Order: sequence, then structure tokens, then C-alpha cells
Amino acid sequence: MIRDAITIVSKDLRIEWRTKESLASFVVLGVLLVVVFTVALDPPPDAAPMLAPSVVWATFVFTGLLGVQRGFVLERENDCLAAVLASPIDPAALYVGKLVANVVLLAVMQALVVPLVAVFLHVDVARALPGLAVVLLLGNVGFAALATLFAAIAVRARAREVMLPVLLLPLLVPVLIGGVKATQAVLHGGLGAAQDALSVLCAFDVVFVVAGVLLFEHVVRD
Amino acid sequence: MRFTDTILPWLAGALMLVSLWLIFMVVPTEASMGFVQRIFYFHVPCAWATFLCFFIVAGASGVYLWKGSKAADRLAIASAEVGVMFCTLVLVTGPIWARPIWGVWWTWDPRLTMTLILWAIYAGYIMLRAFGGEDEAVARYAAVLGIIGVLDIPIIRVSVRLLQGIHPAVLTTKEGESGLVDPWMKITLYVSAVAMMLVTWWLIALRVRAERMSGEVAELRRAVEAREGASA
Repeated sequence: MIRDAITIVSKDLRIEWRTKESLASFVVLGVLLVVVFTVALDPPPDAAPMLAPSVVWATFVFTGLLGVQRGFVLERENDCLAAVLASPIDPAALYVGKLVANVVLLAVMQALVVPLVAVFLHVDVARALPGLAVVLLLGNVGFAALATLFAAIAVRARAREVMLPVLLLPLLVPVLIGGVKATQAVLHGGLGAAQDALSVLCAFDVVFVVAGVLLFEHVVRD
Repeated sequence: MRFTDTILPWLAGALMLVSLWLIFMVVPTEASMGFVQRIFYFHVPCAWATFLCFFIVAGASGVYLWKGSKAADRLAIASAEVGVMFCTLVLVTGPIWARPIWGVWWTWDPRLTMTLILWAIYAGYIMLRAFGGEDEAVARYAAVLGIIGVLDIPIIRVSVRLLQGIHPAVLTTKEGESGLVDPWMKITLYVSAVAMMLVTWWLIALRVRAERMSGEVAELRRAVEAREGASA
């Protein structure tokens, strides 16, 4: 099963490496959203760092929604998903593979967005980098766990562009709150201060990765 | 079937009248908040009915995925719709109380935030079903969403506590005692809650029946179309 999952990951990442479609849209959309949020909030220079956690996570969620959907639209074209399902790969392995590929792509996106926010909103992230990396990864996994599952649902429903955010955003509120609070705490004192928020993120990750593995077969079977 | 047709509506209606009588005629006016506090006896049972409905959605969704039973699917869709209706009532009656007491219609208190998020999750559920139509796959997607939604409730509950809160905890306060000092307050609350549960039951039963009928109509229509196709 692990080998099957690795096959899926390498397939998805190879497609991405050759087309660079998701990455390109991540970069451009990420930059735009950071600019839009900063301009819309228009903080005075000394208040700007306060807004950094919110801008990071809002940008992450909206950019991520688009990127994750893209992965399944690709599978939908030419009925690739049917072929993948016809192969002797367990749906759970397919889910894990897609999940890992999404986590990698989202991590690349985070690596682009965070320095941008640091520059635009005058935050010193270098000091808090290890803790920040932990928080970003935990939020990333939680987001991807649900997004992977629901992207597979939304891609087959009508009005899919609306359905994915409508279904996902309310479910993702714990990631948003946990991510913002943990990032705030990490920027002001380290991982120890972020304990409550981190446990929310960890619980979310564990519950929904397990739920995704168990439920994915009901989403993709025909 | 016969029970939900004959006895249940009258029982629910009568108990609802009793609870209204208790709320407006019997229970003493709360000392610090005044008359508007009486909405509490409607607001809280609605919130309980909301949670009951959403847990029924999850249970029925699980049974549907596991056994593939159509009846469980109908129960899930019926409970989701009734639950969203009660959740809407909670979100409407809350601000009516909050405006005179807190001075604002809405605050981003943990409980308020949580109720609004729950409303959004199950509104999404209804949208998914509405956009999907009769398709069997849509019922499965909805079932997955119903289960994920309930798994999310405890996590949302913990996460919103990271926000700052002012919502009163009435049944057991932080000091561990009840905020309902007069015995009539508790009696009114529980009678009203039982009445609301009966209404919930009745509404779900009606909605399940409507769903079953629309399934039958769809099947008949398919049969007619198949026959017309064969003769043409």
C-alpha cells in the first residue's frame, strides 16, 4: 500500500513538475492575495506585524482551495481517474498519495507566501522559523486532509467551483483559528506558548487523515 | 406511521401550548435581564434540537454508507433540513436577546461562532444535495459530509474557545451551580425542550415521507419513460 501511495505521489508531482500549472497559479495568486489583504486592511506600519498571521492563513486557505481543485480537474480530463481506479491500487493508498502530493505543493506555496508576508508586513520570521515551520506543516496537513477528500467530491458535482469552498470553508475553521493563534504565539515567544492551538491542529490532522483514509473509497467508487 | 400521523402532531401541539403557557404566564421574570430573558426557553431547546438533528444526520449517514439502506439516506436528508431550520431559529432568537442585553446583535463569541459554522456546514450539505439531484453518488458524498461534519463539531468547539467569549453558561455556571434559581425556570425549560423534540420528530417524519414519495415519483417516471421508449 505504501508503494502504491508513493507511485501516486510521484505521478502527481511529475505532472506538476512538467506543467508547473499549479505552482504558477499558486505563486501569482499568493502574491495577489497578500497584496489584496494588505491593501484592504491598510495597517499603519507599527500595527502591520499584528496582521501577519491572519494574512498568511487567509492567503493559504484561498490559494490552497484553488490548487487542490486543480489536481482533481486534471484527473477528470480524459477520464484519468477511471484509469487510476481500474488499476490495482487501494482507494486508501490513492487518498494517501493525493494527500502527500497536495501537502508538498501547499508547502511550496507556504514557502513563497510566508517570506512575502514577512517583507510586506515587517515581521521578523527568521527568528521564529523552526516553530513557524511546525505550525505551517500541521495546518497544511489538516487542510490537505479535508481538501483532498472534498476536491474528489466537488469535481463530480455540478457547480463545482462553488461547491468546494462552500463545503470546505466551514469545516476548516479549526485550522484557520488554530493556525492563526499558533502563528501569533510562535511569533511572540515560541512553540510553548502555542500549546492549545497546536493541540487543536494536531487533533484535526489525526481525525481527518484517518477519516479521509476510511471514507475515500465511498467517494471514488462508482 | 399511524403514530406520527394521528397522535404525534396533537401531542407535540398540545405540549407546545403548555410550554408557551409556562413561558409567558407561569415562570417568574428573571431579575437582572427582565422580560426578554423568556426567549431563553425557546432558544435553548432549539439549540438542543439542532444538535440532535445533526447527530441523527451522522448516524444515518454512517448506516447508509455501511449498509446502503435508502431509508437511512432519507432520514439523513430530512434531519439535515430540520436541523438547519432549528439552527436558523437559534441564530434568530439569540440576537433578539443579545441586542438589549449585550447591546449588539452579534459578537464573535465561541458559542455564536460555533453555531454559525454549524449552520454553514449543513447548509452546504443541503446545497450539495440540491445541486446533485437524484444521483446515487450524491447520496454517498452527502453521507461522507454528514460524518465529517459531526467529527468536526468537537474540534470546532475546542478551537472556538481560543476566541474570547461572553456567552452565558446557564445550566451549570463556572462556579458549578445552576443559573436557574427558580424551580419553575427548570420545569419550563424541560417542558419546552420535550415539546421541541416532539416537533422535531414530527417534522423529520413528514420530511422522510415526502422524500420517499419523491423517490417513488422518480421511479414511476423512469418506468413510464422506459415504456414509451420501448413502444416508440
